[in-house]
Amino acid sequence: MTVLFGQLFTGISIGAVLLLIALGLALTFGQMNVINMAHGEFIMAGAYTTYVLQQSITGAGLSLLVALPVAFVVAGTMGVLLEILLIRRLYARPLDTLLVTWGVSLMLQQLARDVFGSPNVQTRAPELLTGNVAVPGGLTVANNRLFILALALAAVAALTLALRFTPLGRRIRAVVQNRDLAAVSGVPTARVDRTTFFLGSGLAGLAGVALTLLGPIGPTMGTNLIIDAFLVVVVGGIGQLKGSVIVAFALGVLQATGEYLTTLSVAKVIVFVAIVAFLQWRPQGLFTLRTRSLA
Amino acid sequence: MTAVTPAPPSTAGAPAPADIAPGSRSGGRSRLRAAAGFAFGAALLFAVAPLALSDFRLALLAKYLCVAMVAVGIGIAWGRGGMLTLGQGVFFGLGGYAMAMHLKLADAGPGGMPDFMQLYGQLDELPVWWRPFASPWFALPATVLLPMAVAFGLGSLVFRRRVRGAYFAILSQALAAAMVILLIGQQGTTGGTNGLTDIQGFFGYDLDDPVNQRMVYFIIAGVLLALLALARQLIHSRYGELLVAVRDSEERVRFLGYDPASVKLVAYVVAAGMAGLAGALFVPAVGIISPALIGIVPSIEFVIGVAVGGRATLLGPVLGAVAVAWARTALSERFPGTWTYLQGLLFVVVVAFLPGGLASLWALARRRDAGPEQSRRGWPAPARRRASRAEAHR
Repeated sequence: MTVLFGQLFTGISIGAVLLLIALGLALTFGQMNVINMAHGEFIMAGAYTTYVLQQSITGAGLSLLVALPVAFVVAGTMGVLLEILLIRRLYARPLDTLLVTWGVSLMLQQLARDVFGSPNVQTRAPELLTGNVAVPGGLTVANNRLFILALALAAVAALTLALRFTPLGRRIRAVVQNRDLAAVSGVPTARVDRTTFFLGSGLAGLAGVALTLLGPIGPTMGTNLIIDAFLVVVVGGIGQLKGSVIVAFALGVLQATGEYLTTLSVAKVIVFVAIVAFLQWRPQGLFTLRTRSLA
Repeated sequence: MTAVTPAPPSTAGAPAPADIAPGSRSGGRSRLRAAAGFAFGAALLFAVAPLALSDFRLALLAKYLCVAMVAVGIGIAWGRGGMLTLGQGVFFGLGGYAMAMHLKLADAGPGGMPDFMQLYGQLDELPVWWRPFASPWFALPATVLLPMAVAFGLGSLVFRRRVRGAYFAILSQALAAAMVILLIGQQGTTGGTNGLTDIQGFFGYDLDDPVNQRMVYFIIAGVLLALLALARQLIHSRYGELLVAVRDSEERVRFLGYDPASVKLVAYVVAAGMAGLAGALFVPAVGIISPALIGIVPSIEFVIGVAVGGRATLLGPVLGAVAVAWARTALSERFPGTWTYLQGLLFVVVVAFLPGGLASLWALARRRDAGPEQSRRGWPAPARRRASRAEAHR
């Protein structure tokens, strides 16, 4: 029972990290059909932001709190710059966008290496987040993982509310559902695209802050995470957030369970096979927007 | 099925299929030109390069030519078929590991075990799945057939359900990630991060001997030429035109009564076979195969050479792959950091601003010479751009 619960919670916390990363991707991929490979480097930017802030703000708890909004803005700004400079020129060619942003991610990684050095760096976790908390039944969960779970859920809640109730959210939904109709109805689609990119990239920055609690910060920290996050978006279906939420946690639990029953490497293969099998059943992902198009 | 002939490329009104080589349908003359080009390439690879280059440089060239073989396959799958496959390293690796396993077993002698197995694991005997690779009659076909089988398995599942575009690219990349993690995780039987190293012999020939290294180079050059010939036949066949049609408008092809899934599957499997063969020949040329050579990063680096050279042309991928690999060696040994920036910049500039690759510059220059009446050929027409924009936002 204890082991089972432990694995379940590990899975959920893997899922929470995946979810934080995938939320931003789901936004940009869903709305603009753009694969942003540099998303992983926005995560890295968020993590290094935390590191830099900790150099000047000594209290670990305070610096983490400050890092959350700052990392959001830093990563978001990088995203907007990328959108303005490159991606908006490539909206008609999603596959090429993938390669171009991969090039950008290579350059950003090297930049991080030049600025911060190749070796990984560490941040100090606030005291409050280092211990374990006991839950009923004689079980414990790690505080930092609980914090990440809370952060991910808060991000989902905020995003859902924003999409549903704000004018910006309404415009985003309009563009996602029918870009041309939105454009002729007076929605400034280019500006909406840019805002979406800011939000999506900013969420990657938040994920970076969260990841500093789990492990070291390095130039290539984003590369491996990004593929799992993309798989979440692909399986979850684009255009809606609930697919990503469900799939992120499902993949996390599947990964953790597979790891427990076999090994890490076999678990990865199991997850991959499961995804291909799932796409046989629902090739468009778990949830899709109904359209009349053939694709 | 046979009733419908794909329209010739230059039909007015249809979105001009961009990158069909001019004259691809004009029969005799182009075939003659191709033969001449082929002979020229053969002379370059078999006579000029061995005479002009030192043993060291020739060995490097052999390595580049292996990368070029992968590029030929990517040119077919991506340039012609529109399938951006970011996991060619998987097939390269399957071929490479199959070959390396055989050579390792041959080095160890009958009944022997590869050296690393004693090192890592407490294995008393050879794992069952290693055993067939002791026979060259199994291992050599396996270098090509194994990757093709994996590609067939994945492709037939995925294409039939119309998983395509970015979805397919992500899946192929995830396959590379899974393969590498699996290889590293099963260190006792796969050599883990180190891979299979220190390969001594190649079917009885000592690989340390420069003469034998030359022989390996000649084999590689010959195979590359053969693959190019195969690719040319494929591209200029009815199938090749169908493949381009699927790339440009899959739905229309479906409505014409073809099955786009099988068309794409063939291209993907062929590309996988080429990558497998390249991996198999890479092993004797370089003496090592390891996860670092086949993972996510090398897989996507295979693609950049193709993009630089011109993805939809026959020779572009080959020249681009060799040029990029050469630039990498030349620059990264002197300024390692600079090369990464440059490589990133190469992705950005070529893909964003020169999607036809360097080949399109050449075509542009030639068109200037030929005068304005030819100017519509071989260039992505504005009409097509707009069409695909609309599709992208569906």
